[in-house]
Amino acid sequence: MTTQQSGFAATDVLATGSDEPDTVERAEKSPEELQPYADLGLKDDEYAKIREILGRRPTASELAMYSIMWSEHCSYKSSKVHLKQFSEKAPQNTRMLAGIGENAGVVQISDEIAVTFKVESHNHPSYVEPYQGAATGVGGIVRDILAMGARPIAVMDPLRFGAHDHPDTARVLPGVVAGIGGYGNCLGLPNIGGEIVFDPCYQGNPLVNALSIGVLPVERLQKKEATGTGNIVVLLGARTGRDGIGGVSVLASATFDEEAEQRRPSVQVGDPFMEKLLIESCLELYDAGLVSGIQDLGGAGLTCALTETAAAAGTGMRVWLERVPLREASMSPTEILASESQERMLLIVTPENLDAVLKVAEKWGVWATAIGEVTAASADGTPGRLHITWNDHVVVDVPPGSLADDGPVYNRPIREPNDVMLLQADRAETLPRPSTGDALRETVLRMAASPNLCDKTWVTEQYDRYVLGNTILAQPEDSGVLRIDEETGLGVALSVDGNGRFARLDPYEGAKLALAEAYRNVAVTGAEPVAVTDCLNFGSPEDPHVMWQFAEACRALADGCLELGTPVTGGNVSFYNQTGAAAIHPTPVVGVLGVFDDVARRVPMGFPRPAKAGGDLLFLLGETRVELSGSEWAWVTHNHLGGRPPKVDLAAEQALGRVMAQASKSGLVSAAHDLSDGGLAQVLVESTLRHGVGAKVTFPEDGNSPFVHLFSESAGRALVAVPRGHDKAFLALVAEHGVPVTPLGVTSEEAALQVEGQFIIPLEELRTAWSATLRDLFGGPAEMAAPAAAAAEESTPVTSGEVRSVTLELSPQAPGGPIEPPA
Amino acid sequence: MRIGVVTFPGSLDDGDAARAARIAGAEAVRLWHGDPDLHGVDAVVLPGGFSYGDYLRCGAIARFAPVMESIIDAARGGLPVLGICNGFQVLCEAHLLPGALTRNQHLHFRNRDQWLKVESTGTAWTNNFTPGQEILIPVKNGEGCFVADTRTLDALEAEGRVIARYIKGNPNGSQRDIAGITNEAGNVVGIMPHPEHAVEALTGPSLDGLGFFTSVLRSLAKDGQLAGGQQ
Repeated sequence: MTTQQSGFAATDVLATGSDEPDTVERAEKSPEELQPYADLGLKDDEYAKIREILGRRPTASELAMYSIMWSEHCSYKSSKVHLKQFSEKAPQNTRMLAGIGENAGVVQISDEIAVTFKVESHNHPSYVEPYQGAATGVGGIVRDILAMGARPIAVMDPLRFGAHDHPDTARVLPGVVAGIGGYGNCLGLPNIGGEIVFDPCYQGNPLVNALSIGVLPVERLQKKEATGTGNIVVLLGARTGRDGIGGVSVLASATFDEEAEQRRPSVQVGDPFMEKLLIESCLELYDAGLVSGIQDLGGAGLTCALTETAAAAGTGMRVWLERVPLREASMSPTEILASESQERMLLIVTPENLDAVLKVAEKWGVWATAIGEVTAASADGTPGRLHITWNDHVVVDVPPGSLADDGPVYNRPIREPNDVMLLQADRAETLPRPSTGDALRETVLRMAASPNLCDKTWVTEQYDRYVLGNTILAQPEDSGVLRIDEETGLGVALSVDGNGRFARLDPYEGAKLALAEAYRNVAVTGAEPVAVTDCLNFGSPEDPHVMWQFAEACRALADGCLELGTPVTGGNVSFYNQTGAAAIHPTPVVGVLGVFDDVARRVPMGFPRPAKAGGDLLFLLGETRVELSGSEWAWVTHNHLGGRPPKVDLAAEQALGRVMAQASKSGLVSAAHDLSDGGLAQVLVESTLRHGVGAKVTFPEDGNSPFVHLFSESAGRALVAVPRGHDKAFLALVAEHGVPVTPLGVTSEEAALQVEGQFIIPLEELRTAWSATLRDLFGGPAEMAAPAAAAAEESTPVTSGEVRSVTLELSPQAPGGPIEPPA
Repeated sequence: MRIGVVTFPGSLDDGDAARAARIAGAEAVRLWHGDPDLHGVDAVVLPGGFSYGDYLRCGAIARFAPVMESIIDAARGGLPVLGICNGFQVLCEAHLLPGALTRNQHLHFRNRDQWLKVESTGTAWTNNFTPGQEILIPVKNGEGCFVADTRTLDALEAEGRVIARYIKGNPNGSQRDIAGITNEAGNVVGIMPHPEHAVEALTGPSLDGLGFFTSVLRSLAKDGQLAGGQQ
C-alpha cells in the first residue's frame, strides 16, 4: 500500500488532469476512466457494487466517500454478523433509552436523569503519533457523548503497551499519557480510572481505548436524524483542514507495515479549547431547544455525518461544499469531504432557529456555517439523495443509505488456531512455586514491583481527577464513582477491564472474565451494575484464526450480558491490530456502568484506620481454586502463558454483587477490593498501602497452600474489611446469599503486612518496591532534576527568563520532538 | 454576601468555585468574561482552567478581558480577589501580583493531594486560618512553578506576603516552595492549589479549602466592606 494522505489529495487532479474537480457529468461521459479504488482500500467487487448502485462510475469525491464509509472502521463489515448477537440476546431492560447504532448508549438512572457512556479505540493513530493520537481519541469519544444531548462528565482510559523496557514503549507511553492528560485536563473532565497493561504482543500495536460518560435530563436526548424538508444543515466548530484525511481507511483499517511512520499526516490534530467551546455551545443550543438533529464529526468527517444523518431520516440533502470554512483555501472537494479535522459537529436546525443558533455560536466564539439543507424523499417513498456541489460543479449525487447502511457485509472464514490445544495443555499449575516464607515474601515484593501490578501514580497524577467536583472515587480504586445529583446523592460507578492473556488462552472464557471483572469492580463498591459497553481489539479479520477469536469473544459477551441482565449499549471494534503476521492477544475491553441511589454509601478499597482496638475483620468472599494459568504470577516469574484461564461463574458474581450492595446499604463494611490480576497478594498490597494501615492474615487449613491463597486468580472473589460489631450481621447476609466466606484475619495499627507463619513486610518496604517502577522507567532525567533546580535558587539569582530556558533544555517529551522509528 | 466567579472561555473550575462559595455561606454570582459589569459582588474568584486555551502563555489573554478591566480597578480599590491556579496566572499577568508561573520543572501536569503551611493570615482570604496551620488541598497544574527575581522573593518574604508554602514535597519546583502570595494590601491573593476542591468530605481530601472562602466572608463582615461601599 503506497497511497498516503496524498491519495485523497490527488484523486481530483488525477481524474481530471486540471484544477477542475471530477463531476457527475464527467463521470457519466468517461465510464472507462481508471480509478484508484484499490489504493483507497476498496476490493474489486466492492468497486463493481458502487458502479451498480450509481449506474455509472463514481466521481473522485464519491469514490473517496465509499472507500471511507465502506472501510472496516465505519461499516463494521467483518464484525456485523457477530455483533448482532448483542441485540438478539439483549436482556430485557427498561432503563435503555438508546442503544447500539446510536452515537452512544443511553441509560435512564432516575425519573429525570439519564447517563450515556461508550468506549472507543484510537489505537493506530496513537502508535503513529502518540500525543495527538491519544488526545484526539479522548476528543472523539467526548463528542459522541455530547451528540446524545449529554454534558460529558468524566473519561477513563484502558491502555496497553509493549514490553515495559522496550525503547519504543518509552516513546509511545509518555506521549499517550501526555495526550490523554493534555486533552482531558484542558476540557475539564476528570479522569476517573482505566488500565495500564504491558505485554510484548502490543509492541507494534499499543491499545489506546477511551471511555467517556455524560449526563442529561431525559427529555434532552438528541437524535441524529436529518428530518424536516427545508431544514438547514449547519457545520459547527473548528474549521476544516488537511489533518486526518483518510484516517479510518488508511490507518484504522489496514495492518501496519514498515511505512507506518509515513502515515503521520493521517493522524488528526486536536484543539481541546475548541472542543470545550463546542461542548458549551451545544449544551446551550440543546437547552434552548434549537436543535432538530445532531451528529458529531469523527472518523470519516463530513462524509459520515452527512450520509448518516440523511440516511437515518430517509431524507436527502443539498450541500454547498465551498461554504465549509477551511484552514487551507486550496483544499479540493474530496479533501473537504474526507478530512477528519477535530472539534466539529453537524446540526440540523429549522430555518426560523438559524439566527438564534448562530448567535449562541458567536457567544462562544465558535464557527457556525449553514452549508446545506434537508431535501425531501421521493414521492414514491424512496429516500432522498445526497447532492453536493462545489462552486457549481456537481461532485456527489448518491443515495445516502448506500454509504451509511448498505456497505458490504462479510461472513469471514473462521478457524480455531491449531496452537490453542497445545497452549491450553501447557498449564501454569505445574510450574515450580515458592514454598518457604522467605520465598513467598520475595515473590510478593517482586510481583508488587512488576510493571502490570505496580503503582500507576506516575501516570494518573498527570490527569485531573478533581475538576467538576463530583469525583467520589477515582483510580486506583476498583471503580470510578461520580455523584450525579448533589441533592439526592444519585450517582454512578464505572469500571473498564480486559485481560488479553486470558482471552488468548480461551477467547470465550477470556471475554466473559473481562465482563465478570468489570461487573465485580462495580459491584464491590456497592453499586448496582446495569449496562455494558465494549471495545473489541483484535488482529486482522482476514485471518480466520483472528476471526475465530473475535466470534468467540462476541458470543461470550452476548451470553454473559444476557445472564447478568446488563445489555451491551454500544461500543467499538478495532481490527487490524497486528504488525506483519503477528496479531495482538485478542483484547476485549469491557466497561460496566453501575448505579447508586446515594454515593455516600460507596465502599472504597483501602483499609481505613480501625475505629476499634484489634482492627477491622478481614473476610474473603468467593472460592479460591488452584488457578494459575494466564496469571500475572506465571507471567512475571516464569514468563509463561499457557493452560486454561480461571473458571467464570456469573451466577456467583451476581450473588457477590448482591451481598456487596446490601452490605453497603446497611453500612456493614469499611473497605472492599476485587481480586483479579495478582490475586490476593496484590489486593493486600493495594488495600494496606492506600492509607498505610497494616494487616495480619492467617490462611485456613483448607488444602490450598499459602502460595495458592496469595497468587491464584480465581474469579468471583473480593476481600472485605468489616468493623467489629458488624461481623455477625455481615456473615448472616453472606450466608443468605450463599456466598463462600473465609475469615482471613484483621487490619492492624502496625504498619506491616503479615502472613501468619510465613512473612512480615513493613509497609514502607512494600511501598518502596511498589511505587518506584513507572517513575524509574518513564520519569526521565527531568523528574530527578526538579528538586535540585529548586534548591539551587537560594544561592543563585535567577530571572524568570533564565528559568524558562532551563525548562526548555529539559524538555525530552515536547510535542514535535524527535520520534524514534518504530521497532 | 455575594462572591462573583468569572467564567472565561476555557474556565473549568468555575462551577466548583461557585459551589465552594455557596457551601461557605455566600451567594455565588456568575460573571462573564465579556461583560465588564461586576453586578455588585463583594468579592471575586478567578477560577482554574485554561482561559482562552492558554496557547500563548497562561493568563496572557485573559488579563485583557473586559471583565478584567473592572476587576483590576476594583482590586486596586480594595475588592477581595482570589485567583486559583489559572486565576493566579491571570493575576500575575495583570500585574496585580508579582512574579510568574512557569512550566513545572518536571515538565508534567501533576495532580495530587498537597500539604501546605499557611504563612500569612493577614489577608482577606486567609484570616480564618492560624499562622503555621498545615492544610491538605489538591494541586493540579502543568504550569505552576512560581518564579520571581531574588529581590522580589526577598521582599515578598520580608513583607509577609507569602501566604502558603508547599510542605512534604514541592509539586512543581516553585521557588522557595511558594504556593500562594498576596499583594501589599492583602486583598488580592493568588494560590496555585485548589481550595475549591477541598470543601466536602465526599469529594475532597479534607475540608481545609473552605477556610479561604470563610475568611473572605469574615473580613467582609468585619470591614463592613460590602458592595455598596465599592460602587
